[in-house]
Amino acid sequence: MAVANDSSKQAGGLRRRLQVIPFLEIALVAIFVALPMVLDHFWVVFVTRVLILALLGLSFDLVWGYSGILSFGQALFFGAAAYVVALLGRDLDISSMFLALPVAAIVGFALALFMAWFLLLGRTPPSIIFVALGTLTGSYAAERLARGWYYLGGQNGIPSIPAMTVGDFVMYEGVGFYYLALGILLVVYLLCRLMVRSQFGLVLAGIREQEERLTFFGYRVQHFKAVVFSISGAIAGLAGGLYAFHEGFVWPNLMGVILSTQVVLYVLFGGVGTLIGAVIGVAAIEYASFELADRYPEFWPIVLGLLLLLVILFRPTGLVGLFVSDRERVGSFGSKRGKDDGAA
Amino acid sequence: MALLSVQNVVKIFGELTALSGVDFDVAARQFHGLVGPNGSGKSTLMKCIAGAETPTQGSIHFDDADITADPPHRRARHGLSIKFQITSVLPALSVYDNVLMALQARGSTWSLMRSASRAALHDSVMDALDRFRLVDRADDLAGILSHGQQQWLEIAMALAPQPKLLLLDEPTAGMSLEERRVTGELLMPIRDTCSLVIVEHDLDFIRDICDVITVLDQGAVIGSGTVEEIQNNQRVQEVYLSRV
Ligand SMILES: Nc1ncnc2c1ncn2[C@@H]1O[C@H](COP(=O)(O)OP(=O)(O)OP(=O)(O)O)[C@@H](O)[C@H]1O
Ligand SMILES: [Mg+2]
Repeated sequence: MAVANDSSKQAGGLRRRLQVIPFLEIALVAIFVALPMVLDHFWVVFVTRVLILALLGLSFDLVWGYSGILSFGQALFFGAAAYVVALLGRDLDISSMFLALPVAAIVGFALALFMAWFLLLGRTPPSIIFVALGTLTGSYAAERLARGWYYLGGQNGIPSIPAMTVGDFVMYEGVGFYYLALGILLVVYLLCRLMVRSQFGLVLAGIREQEERLTFFGYRVQHFKAVVFSISGAIAGLAGGLYAFHEGFVWPNLMGVILSTQVVLYVLFGGVGTLIGAVIGVAAIEYASFELADRYPEFWPIVLGLLLLLVILFRPTGLVGLFVSDRERVGSFGSKRGKDDGAA
Repeated sequence: MALLSVQNVVKIFGELTALSGVDFDVAARQFHGLVGPNGSGKSTLMKCIAGAETPTQGSIHFDDADITADPPHRRARHGLSIKFQITSVLPALSVYDNVLMALQARGSTWSLMRSASRAALHDSVMDALDRFRLVDRADDLAGILSHGQQQWLEIAMALAPQPKLLLLDEPTAGMSLEERRVTGELLMPIRDTCSLVIVEHDLDFIRDICDVITVLDQGAVIGSGTVEEIQNNQRVQEVYLSRV
């Protein structure tokens, strides 16, 4: 018994020393803060796009990585919010960040809540495939709708959205927008981090492992899933709003199946079930696509596809899984030493 | 009035009738043993009570309410706890977190997001672990516990929310003799607050802790009564005891 005790304490000590995620997080923040100092305008704009897409990646990670909802429709929330922001600018002349971005988040939230109500909150718990197909269909339908609807600009989308304003400042793409996007990503990331490491996050961890079992403790599992799905919709919507302002125009693909699938790949590649993995996945794939497209203009999609396939087949936990143990990935929500080191 | 009252419950799986009109009552603070040969429908009855299976026919009342159509989470909130036959701790979570999971189930979404009850529940988690001799393993993953300890952890989890009725499906399966004895000891004190339905193949164990025994055979109750009554029951001896 004494021996077992010793070794468990040692293991505890080791685990505590080997927390990798905080290092990745700090390193990534440092890199993102420093980048504009060494990059030219083109790359600053490129990385801004990555930061915005990272929000979209986070939104998918929350649903699939943390609550086991396979959503193939994240672009729907992203794109719909982008269109609403574009319309606000075009038709109502509203371009204030403080108005447009909350509206974007609300649009994403409301759409996701609506879908959750249909897909998740039925009488019997839905299958993964049902939800995947349902979200996919939503995304596909929205894209078709945008393509065909004259008011939304049809195939061409809505061009030349007025630039976003923050008080008296006008935000064009560049260093200012970069830091704004970074700031928003940081805030959203921290809020997500708090959530997935809270008692609520513990329930999500349980849902991932034994969804059935949790209902017998008294949890309304589908209700939890609907909450996460709606929150993720809000984040995707926020990302869409930012994206619309950053690019200056919106087009039907922003809601479509291709982007929805791309988000899935980002997160699977970077590391599903860790927030940092979503961010790393977006950055890695966006950068790799760019470089590959440059070098192998003809068959880069194939190269990228193969790379993804390799990672997903041999590392189900993604790139981050190379450094982060399962134990750290799942996390711990309390410990016998009490609350002071609970949220490890 | 019984705490739990199962009336004429029928459960049919396709061609197979797993339960054919079972009546089954559990009084408050009663320890009730449920025995019967393999495949006699014990687990199916437990699942019908907990809400994991829906009876084809019949009704289930618990604590003065008709729960026949209630989903499992509502039954749990009503004071019903179950440990299934197959151990189902959450293996990738720590032992501590397993218990916390069971304890915090009644918190609202918003309070869980703010971790509002984490500090307040700490003592209850530690108490539950202490009762089942798991304090030393609190920070280990539940998946690496021995089989017996996983069973204890599950009982601790089922008891943590202070249910009115605890359903245990073969809690001592795979335990050593010593672990069984300890399990019996650990269960005795819950009598003060809670009723128990326990499925066991170990008849000595049942005899030691239960007030009442019900015997199932091929989906029907063939005898129910005190330990003595059951031991002297002709039909039970023919159908069941002789076979074991
Ligand atoms: N989900 C199911 N689908 C079909 N048949 C089932 C199902 N669950 C149980 N059965 C059948 O119902 C009968 C009763 O099963 P049950 O598990 O209740 O028996 P038991 O008394 O718990 O047996 P044991 O002592 O082996 O645990 C068995 O014949 C079993 O094969
Ligand atoms: Mg059984």
